[in-house]
Amino acid sequence: MTTTTTAPVAVADPAPAGAWNTPDPDRVDLGSVRVVHTRHWFRWTLSAILLFAIAQFAWSLFTNENYEWDVFAAYFFSEPVLIGIGYTLALTAVSASIGFILGTVLALGRLSKSVLLNSISWAYIWFFRSVPLVVQIIVWYNLGYLYPTLGLGTPFTTDFWIVEFPTVQLISAFAAAILGLGLHQAAYSAEIIRGGLISVDQGQQEAAAALGIPARKRLFRIILPQAMRSIIPNATNEVIGLVKGASVVFVIAIPELFYAVQVIYNRNSRVIPLLLVAVVWYTVITTILSIAQYYIERYYSRGSVRTLPPTPPQRFRQWAGAQWSRLGDDAAKAPPVVHGIPPLPIRADAGIDANEETR
Amino acid sequence: MSAITAPPTKGLVEIHNVHKAYGGVEVLSGIDLTIAPGEVVAILGPSGSGKSTLLRTINHLESVDRGSVTVDGQLIGYQQRGDKLYELREKEILKRRTQIGIVFQNFNLFPHLTALENVTEAPIDLGLLSKDAARELAQALLERVGLSDKAGHYPRQLSGGQQQRVAIARALALSPKVLLFDEPTSALDPELVGEVLDVIRDLARSGTTLIIVTHEIGFAREVADRVVFIDGGVVLEQGPPEIVLTHPEHPRTREFLAKVLA
Repeated sequence: MTTTTTAPVAVADPAPAGAWNTPDPDRVDLGSVRVVHTRHWFRWTLSAILLFAIAQFAWSLFTNENYEWDVFAAYFFSEPVLIGIGYTLALTAVSASIGFILGTVLALGRLSKSVLLNSISWAYIWFFRSVPLVVQIIVWYNLGYLYPTLGLGTPFTTDFWIVEFPTVQLISAFAAAILGLGLHQAAYSAEIIRGGLISVDQGQQEAAAALGIPARKRLFRIILPQAMRSIIPNATNEVIGLVKGASVVFVIAIPELFYAVQVIYNRNSRVIPLLLVAVVWYTVITTILSIAQYYIERYYSRGSVRTLPPTPPQRFRQWAGAQWSRLGDDAAKAPPVVHGIPPLPIRADAGIDANEETR
Repeated sequence: MSAITAPPTKGLVEIHNVHKAYGGVEVLSGIDLTIAPGEVVAILGPSGSGKSTLLRTINHLESVDRGSVTVDGQLIGYQQRGDKLYELREKEILKRRTQIGIVFQNFNLFPHLTALENVTEAPIDLGLLSKDAARELAQALLERVGLSDKAGHYPRQLSGGQQQRVAIARALALSPKVLLFDEPTSALDPELVGEVLDVIRDLARSGTTLIIVTHEIGFAREVADRVVFIDGGVVLEQGPPEIVLTHPEHPRTREFLAKVLA
């Protein structure tokens, strides 16, 4: 282009009119030349070193006898371990439920226009975020020292003439653990939920109010479903934290997973394989929760992206479908693979199926 | 202008001496305005003149510091007993508010609901219609705004003009007597403005009272029965569009029109 001399505009000469598309013999057609990508030497070297280290570690897992995989296998499905998992899951489920329900109430309190409700919620969160969880659990377990009996009766007295219970009987070890974990969790959940609620555009609240939608429906049908997008990742963090955090209740001798393996290795001194039993189980639970998180997040992202990306199983099916349709064809006809993500399969039914599910 | 034989009887809006201040700055300084049932009023004025605030006091999204706003003689946020105004409980405000629809500048559609669900949400939540009846109504309203094929789409899958038309259908679902438009085309690309104005033009013939805050002078001239010019929190001038827009009396109206039409 730059080599062309500019002719005066007024000159009506038919020859240069078509000259712009005559191929220049010196020019290279960029569509046909080979592209040489940048070589990332540093990236390659680092990857090679890391692969070596990982391979070395994997090799040691099989060859180092100190892992005692036979002991691991013997205890992995043993009764105390399975009972321990049951306790861990029960503690997590109950205290997470208490945490999120009470947390929602506290979050609404913090967002309330009432100064009293706002201050009380703030004070609760302040207090329960300040006191270490272990201390709290021990205090709940030993509440009998502070209040020997609990009951209903005349206010501001200890005359419980309606009902009265000895505290020790009322608060078992499990109840103390649930109270401690649940109340602690509520303080953290409250801030996560509040963060989610204030992240929703004010216009949503206004539009719903202008349509006359009652406050409760506004919260549960309009605001919360949108807030869930930012609540879910943090909430899952909290639940996963709780699964492992529940191990602190060993201080009041509840036989949850970690306590169970401790009891066993204190008896047989096989510390490492038994700790591995706990680690692998915690990994399994976390994996399941992470997969659940993926699908819950996906559910709440309806409408927030134009089209949802396919789930891993859908992507695998598309890939497998593409591979299947390639079978028997000559290689040249195979569809090009871009960035490792295969294109949609050629079979019409599979294509429709995939589109339906991404709706 | 109206093709209906019997004149509409519902949708009388009376604004009396309304004052409103934000943190010491007065936005509305004594507005008086009466809008007849079925009338189409365009409110014009420079940015910050209080037009949007005035609109929002009509359905009590903003409370007023002094004065009153009534629709068909009924106060929206308050109840008068003797010489005192009692603020109503939220439930009662919400019920009265359903007589007044509003369409926002930024649409404010619910992004997690489809176009159809956006329209059915309020009638279902308020217990006015069964789910099936609400869906039927929503489908008819989407057809009226020319979007019957977009019922299953989420707002983010629609263009700005389409979103605003869904928002209009959503406001119509409660069959309001009064419809408020807060700069309905200001957030739209120029080529999408027409489709929204077409829908509003259609509504202007339906007998619903329309109060439109707008910068579209040509549209105001065409569809409004009356143009109200507001500046500095007061009504400066009002009258039929052909008079106010072509021979404005007040110098500030002239100045504003010169700028907008330039």
